[in-house]
Amino acid sequence: MRRYILTRILLGVITLIGVSIIVFVAARLSGDVARLMAPANASQEVLEAFRAKYGLDQPIPIQYFIFVRDALRGDFGTSIAFNRPVMEIVMGRIPATMELGFASFILGNLLGILLGIVSAIKRGTWLDWGSTTFSLFGQAIPGFWLAIMLMLIFSVTLHWLPTSGIGGIKHLILPVIATSWFTTAFVLRVTRSSMLDVLDSEYVKLARLKGNSEYKVIFKHALRNALIPVVTMAGMQLAMLIGGLAFTETVFSWPGIGILMVTSINALDYPMIQAITLIVSASVVLINLFVDLLFVVIDPRIKYE
Amino acid sequence: MKSGGVKTEISRGSLNRYRIEVARIGQWLTRLPFIPIICLLPLFVFGIFGPLLYLHDPHAPNLLIAMQSPAWMAGGNWAYPLGTDQVGRDLLTRLIEGARSSLIVAIFGVLFSGLLGIFLGILAGFAGGKTDNFIMRIVDTFMAIPQIFLMLIIAAALRRAGILGLTPIIIAIAISMWVPYARMVRGETLSLKQREFVALARVTGCSSRRIMLKHIFPGVINIIVVMATTQLGGAIMAEAGMSFLGVGVQPPNTAWGLMISESNKYITSGAWWIPTFAGILITITILGSNLLGDWLRDALDPRTRQAMKKIKRN
Repeated sequence: MRRYILTRILLGVITLIGVSIIVFVAARLSGDVARLMAPANASQEVLEAFRAKYGLDQPIPIQYFIFVRDALRGDFGTSIAFNRPVMEIVMGRIPATMELGFASFILGNLLGILLGIVSAIKRGTWLDWGSTTFSLFGQAIPGFWLAIMLMLIFSVTLHWLPTSGIGGIKHLILPVIATSWFTTAFVLRVTRSSMLDVLDSEYVKLARLKGNSEYKVIFKHALRNALIPVVTMAGMQLAMLIGGLAFTETVFSWPGIGILMVTSINALDYPMIQAITLIVSASVVLINLFVDLLFVVIDPRIKYE
Repeated sequence: MKSGGVKTEISRGSLNRYRIEVARIGQWLTRLPFIPIICLLPLFVFGIFGPLLYLHDPHAPNLLIAMQSPAWMAGGNWAYPLGTDQVGRDLLTRLIEGARSSLIVAIFGVLFSGLLGIFLGILAGFAGGKTDNFIMRIVDTFMAIPQIFLMLIIAAALRRAGILGLTPIIIAIAISMWVPYARMVRGETLSLKQREFVALARVTGCSSRRIMLKHIFPGVINIIVVMATTQLGGAIMAEAGMSFLGVGVQPPNTAWGLMISESNKYITSGAWWIPTFAGILITITILGSNLLGDWLRDALDPRTRQAMKKIKRN
């Protein structure tokens, strides 16, 4: 078991090394890094000084080593667009993203699981039909378009909710709906199909034969196992959700790291892009690790070698 | 008399066979997935025949008629059925033009990501051991980065490096979307590898490359076809997203995602039709590709085919 946990941690570290290589290479795909990272109208001498300062005159492997060393210290350099330390800006944006992301994650999962269970239990009824249709559309509608449509209806036409910015609950409603829409549809589909499998299994039949109430059979016996695929995909879900935030935050001018990523991409602010990508990937890796360890505790059927 | 009898027999037989054929084609037609096909029609018809269908010049602005409502509304004009955009170009013509870049990006994106994913998937599943481990670590890495982030990074970097047109978008999609193919094909390869025909092929002295190409690959084609169909929608979504965020299709060319982003500034003035129609086209296209993928999975999978027959019989 200890070995299993250590292996998982090691795999997480390897994944992060992979991510760091990708962002490192991506910054070099577009040519001269010094020109990208230094201020736009820098003279030849300034560029040379910049290269020397960030070790960009060194061979590539050493450059990578310096990049990783600095990143581990939380130093991602200076933002080109803001001309301030990258970490300072990113840290300032994280609370807003956490607020929106957390609310969307909770809502999407609760609603998705609930609708998934209902549509599996009431299979073939209009409830099931409705949920499945919602799930189909949920996965086909682009998040940014949904966000704009919501804004068009509830802010521009009906004047019920604000179009943009951060504030109280009222500001949160539309962005959360737009972000959690896909999560809900995705979780619904996974829950429904795994619930249908579980309800068809021998031990659920046995639980019924023992005379348990339908409520107990579903929530005590079936649901626990039906949720395993949903929990397993938590990391993947988080990655998709943060990707979705890039759109929602852009549409609603929500001051988080999603919109920061988009503006940094358009400004080719590579130090910022590298920092955001690494931080987001690290949280995905952490969630995956957490889920793996959680299964060690809750699922006795998994064998660890 | 006798020979005539045989002749009628024969013709009756061929007539029957003909009738059976017709009935079979009829049956096949009724089983065609009409809804997905209808959903995918705009993408393919507009994308392929685009310029033939233009009502107006898609690039000629006319500020006098900017933001004109759709024809059936007050202030509309049937010369511009879906209204005009923020600089007075015919919206329908722009939508038709936008389909072409989506279609090209989607087809090449799916093709290249598919090839990459299939290659790595078969290699990982067949070789096993260190190769498998290495490829799966790459898969983990790509799954830890939000797909759209990766696409934005790659497309923006390539554009900065001076690669123009649709190529950066296609490369970004190819590099970001191969993972699901690789995972699926690897799983399928692992199970095919255990089958007798692979062992027999090896006994008869086939090289690994030959086994992968001639024995494993045909076995995974079905799931690849299903996957590619669904990924077509994924690629459309990706292109729309990239164009919306500014690193995809660049003006003066257009794409549905770009139209939504360009009109975004004007929606407070009530010009709802630009984002609405473009978004509907994206949505039904993705919906169509997802539904077609589901249909193909059922149609190609002998197990579900049997199950469907059983359900119909009962």
